[in-house]
Amino acid sequence: MNKLRKHLELNVQLILEKRPQSSGLMNLFSPLLAIVLTVVVGGLIFAAMGKPPLTALYLYFIDPLTSWWSVEEVLVKAGPLVLIGVGLAVCFKANVWNIGAEGQLTVGALMGAIIPILWGEWQSPLALLAMLCLGALGGALFALIPAWLKTHFGVNEILTSLMLVYIAQLLLDWFVRGPWKDPNGYNFPKSVSFEGWHLLPMWGDGRMHFGLIVSLVAALVLFWIMRHTLKGFEINVVGSAPRAGTFAGFSQTKMVWFCFALSGGLAGLAGLIEVAGPIGQLQPQISPNYGFTAIIVAFLGRLNPLGVIFAGILLAISYIGGEGIQIELGISSKITQMFQGMLLFFILMCDTLILYQLKWISTKPNQPTSGHAS
Amino acid sequence: MKKLLTTAASIALVSALSISAVAADKLKVGFIYIGPPGDFGWTYQHDQGRQAIDARLGDHAETVFVENVPEGPDAERTITRLARQGAGLIFTTSFGYMDPTLNVAAKFPDVKFEHATGYKRTDNVSTYGARFYEGRYVIGQIAAKMSKSGVAGYIGSFPIPEVVRGINAFLLGAQTVNPDFKLKVVWANSWFDPGREADAAKVLISQGADIITQHTDSTAAVQVAEAQGVYAFGQASDMAAFAPNALLTSIIDNWADYYVDRTQAVLDGSWVSTDTFGGMDTNMVQMGPFVNMPADVKAMAETTTAAITAGELHPFAGPVYKQDGSLAAAEGEVVDLGTLLGMDWYVKGVDDQL
Repeated sequence: MNKLRKHLELNVQLILEKRPQSSGLMNLFSPLLAIVLTVVVGGLIFAAMGKPPLTALYLYFIDPLTSWWSVEEVLVKAGPLVLIGVGLAVCFKANVWNIGAEGQLTVGALMGAIIPILWGEWQSPLALLAMLCLGALGGALFALIPAWLKTHFGVNEILTSLMLVYIAQLLLDWFVRGPWKDPNGYNFPKSVSFEGWHLLPMWGDGRMHFGLIVSLVAALVLFWIMRHTLKGFEINVVGSAPRAGTFAGFSQTKMVWFCFALSGGLAGLAGLIEVAGPIGQLQPQISPNYGFTAIIVAFLGRLNPLGVIFAGILLAISYIGGEGIQIELGISSKITQMFQGMLLFFILMCDTLILYQLKWISTKPNQPTSGHAS
Repeated sequence: MKKLLTTAASIALVSALSISAVAADKLKVGFIYIGPPGDFGWTYQHDQGRQAIDARLGDHAETVFVENVPEGPDAERTITRLARQGAGLIFTTSFGYMDPTLNVAAKFPDVKFEHATGYKRTDNVSTYGARFYEGRYVIGQIAAKMSKSGVAGYIGSFPIPEVVRGINAFLLGAQTVNPDFKLKVVWANSWFDPGREADAAKVLISQGADIITQHTDSTAAVQVAEAQGVYAFGQASDMAAFAPNALLTSIIDNWADYYVDRTQAVLDGSWVSTDTFGGMDTNMVQMGPFVNMPADVKAMAETTTAAITAGELHPFAGPVYKQDGSLAAAEGEVVDLGTLLGMDWYVKGVDDQL
């Protein structure tokens, strides 16, 4: 028996081999397959926890869409995810890895808040417009730090953009506890409440806001750019075949700057929209990790701006639904993170298996091993 | 297959509906938690209070809770959801839920809200908090008696008045025993982050503190104290099980009586918006057993606790000096409630800057 196992270990290897051609249809269905797998495994986990799996799945995925109130909440939640997600989608498409959208969101919110906090008496539609511009500018400038480090020193942008998140959060923390603390707020770490034109127009139950339109427009515009302009073509070429891009005269360096400025700007805008919309003031915590969740959204949406809209809505449902089953069935809030993790895991797995196939190969002990992917 | 799916869907729908139907008869009481009930600290004690409602008023009321709700826009949605799902009374148990609670309360005038540790009230929003600083004063005295180095380490969450008040009360207590007692402060910038709390405890011990106390929600700090052989105090909940040799006592938040009373008031129709700031006198702040200390220290702690409970001793009775040496309350005066609620200065002797 032992001998047999040894024999097997020596002579059989499991490798990932690139498929000669990948199925275009499967490529399209990969996210759907990932969703189905997540739902099935999720159901099994609910059953293993002793909860009725069908009820739980219904409450998780369907119930949030059954009343107008929760649909509004799904949209409010999807807004920032989509806005950040479309920027990241373009970024990732070009093989530029901005992981720090959460930090850019934070700095955008800080920059935009300059107007209500320092020029509180300036009340006009222009004030709101200036806030939106400052928000986008703040996010973009903050994102240019990793871009600069990357292009000038060759520092890995994944690390720098991620670490800058913590710097941004501590900066926000310092501002709301220090200079921008509400003087009438009993020393609690909050800025003054924004008022009038420093808040986004709202409608519906009172939580739907102008930012949702911004998200939708951003997604549509980026879709058009990616599909119909030279810039879109450039992003696709540089991302999928960097050498070909260089021969075509596209600059890798400029692409890094462009991607960080774009995704950072959109993340900053999302941050400003959060503080001028649902929150209405600065406080130490302004985002439940939208900047990180948007990474899942970008991939789930196939790095396609239209796909990102649907992915954002799906992730938003997972938040709202996760809260629902917590109240109705007493299931821990960790389930939301688990579902989101499973979703990303399955989509990456499906993608891998579409491009590659698993193959057992036998290797003769006395021959050099062949078949390693080079 | 299609039939199977339809059946499955209808089963799911029916069971979902039946869950809501049960709820209609009883008063539904909702809770929003900042952390998980398994923190064995702040949220754990609120959850004990929730369970007390189930235990004592279970025939007329039922409870639901949502854990790990961030203090941002999510809080407003979660509170709205509880209100929409028929909760008649909602406890929001962290300071950061203040504005979200008020926003939701404005939309649901018939629902009663209770916000912990806040200061904004309306007709259907009450606030409640506890004078934890009374317990801090007692453990400060114990710390000064038990410490050999004369230095205690304090892990703060956020420098909000409630936490600063606790730090000051601790040191004022300690100074009654040892006027030169020193206090080092490290901010964890989180209510619940066991890793960071443990690191903070290690840093403080390495800086010479042989007493650790904390205003964060987990048991991490007392576990570090146990491992490193220094003394510690439980925060919010009796943490003796986590540090049987290191723990001297705990300051216990007892929300159970208040929660049951307020639920009963809604059931009776006698609920009105109030502000409650309970202490040892109303049993909202309790001291855990005094252990691991000599009899004289224990006797002193018991005497102080009794004096505070009876209203004979106020931790912030003058003379109280600020860090810069200026007088905050003269001999015979007491720092007034407004100053306590907005406290943004340290007393003399704190080795930290706000």
